[in-house]
Amino acid sequence: MVGGISISNVEKRFTNPQGETITALSGIDLQIRAGSFVSLIGPSGCGKSTLLRLIAGLIHPDSGAVSLDGDRITKPGSDRGFMFQEHTLFPWLNIYENVAFGLRARGIYRERAKDVHEIIELVELSGFEKYYPHQLSGGMCQRASLARALVGRPKVLLLDEPLGALDAFTRMNMQDEILRIWSESNMTMVMVTHDVDEAIYLSDQIVVMTPRPGRVTKIVDVGFSRPRARSSEDFLHCRGKVLQLLDFGGTVQEPDYYL
Amino acid sequence: MGETTWKSIKSLLPFLAAAATLAIAYVLPDSSLHPEAERPYFLIVLIGICVLAGALFLAGFFFPVLQTHYSGKAPFYTGVICFLCVLNILTVKTARLPVLYFPSLDRIFGVLIEDAAFIGKCLLYSLRLLVTGWVSGATVGILTGVAIGFNRHARYWIYPLVRVLGPIPSTAWIPLVLVSFPTVVSASAFLIALAVWFPTTVLTSSGIASIQNSYFEAAATLGASNRYTILRVGVPAAMPHMFIGLFNGTTSSFITLVTAEMLGAKYGIGWYINWQKDMMSYANVYAGLIVMSITCYCFITLLFRLRDRVLVWQKGVIKW
Repeated sequence: MVGGISISNVEKRFTNPQGETITALSGIDLQIRAGSFVSLIGPSGCGKSTLLRLIAGLIHPDSGAVSLDGDRITKPGSDRGFMFQEHTLFPWLNIYENVAFGLRARGIYRERAKDVHEIIELVELSGFEKYYPHQLSGGMCQRASLARALVGRPKVLLLDEPLGALDAFTRMNMQDEILRIWSESNMTMVMVTHDVDEAIYLSDQIVVMTPRPGRVTKIVDVGFSRPRARSSEDFLHCRGKVLQLLDFGGTVQEPDYYL
Repeated sequence: MGETTWKSIKSLLPFLAAAATLAIAYVLPDSSLHPEAERPYFLIVLIGICVLAGALFLAGFFFPVLQTHYSGKAPFYTGVICFLCVLNILTVKTARLPVLYFPSLDRIFGVLIEDAAFIGKCLLYSLRLLVTGWVSGATVGILTGVAIGFNRHARYWIYPLVRVLGPIPSTAWIPLVLVSFPTVVSASAFLIALAVWFPTTVLTSSGIASIQNSYFEAAATLGASNRYTILRVGVPAAMPHMFIGLFNGTTSSFITLVTAEMLGAKYGIGWYINWQKDMMSYANVYAGLIVMSITCYCFITLLFRLRDRVLVWQKGVIKW
């Protein structure tokens, strides 16, 4: 199996516009098994997106190391696909050319041209190859964006809240889609989300993070088998556990007075 | 009243206006203050318009698409014809406008027809200058803009230069350019290139600067090299800005063209207009202006067509 990610003692600081240094991540140690599905969850400011971008190589840690299959990550590469919150499809290319972008950029389009059609079929966008991004709905654009990230056959797919902007139904459809693609491949997937249900529905493990500075509070193993019914007892139990860790468990409050 | 009837009435308007103008031009006597034209060119033009408008009106009954299109434009055409009619009355019929500066339409059309060969030659000279200057200015402008947009060193060294030199109207360089270029043609072409270069450079680099960072990040995660990213992400993303720069450059290139042709050019449409103004033959001046406006119109239209083709992906994203 390939696609194991190791994060050891990572710290990342930013300087804000006022010139103050902010520690976004501190003392992060995390092992992500090859082929697993891991979610990073936590309130905004907990550094979950920062951690994902570190794995992508878009930014670099101030100390510590991030490595993929033992090799230290220093820059972005096609072995780690990235799906952004906004679809970031290139508006001047049609869907086909958007999906083919990675292959063309790496000069392997000729050998792998048929992958483009296959992957477009996989995300159920056949017939829309000639459309431009602005002609498609948000959900379809995210599908295309998924196809674009997948076409280069990455070992790892990094998902930065890709479904955050979609409506609830499109979102649940896309969750099934992503789950299907994950189970049919042996890719490692790491997803940032702030939707607890989404995290439980998809992941093997949920990494719960807290802000100021960003730390890993706990790693929750989602033990029970897929497909997971959103209303099953296991699901609700797991939900309660994660919410408790995020301090959103709620307390039963005594009313001020009784009638 | 049905919609079709309304459309056919509208399609008839240009014909009616042209016929009325023709009648007025024919019946009313010319003022004795106006020198007579070689031939009644305006009448000939009006007859042509009558025939064309009549043909279009009749064709509308057989081709509904044509009628819809034509009836939409018909009020505007009618307005133009009415304007010509009023102008004709104010000039040659009543001499209400100063005779020297407002010659009769007969004479203006006469110049366009009788002087066509010479004006055509002038036009070709101007076009040669315009195209050479424009193409080199636009090319260098885009290259400079891309360099400034993507290269830190280019930005550091070249950008201040652009900021300082760019806003100077290119015609202000005339004293310097005249002594540094071997021929008048190359000097004029350089001035036009300069006029196109500045806005193209500035808007190309600002276009690159305003590209969302996420496009570059997406390209990087897809395994694109720097060079590939510049060519396939940076340049197309900056294209809308680039076209605004080219458009601004084009309009200032027209201004520069006319000025540049005063530098002792032998031919050229700007030179023609100036020369005829000095000769006090305003009919020729107007003819020159008409040719010039048609040329500029075509040039801009061509640029717009090119833009629509290149920026087809923008439809629906940005309204022009």
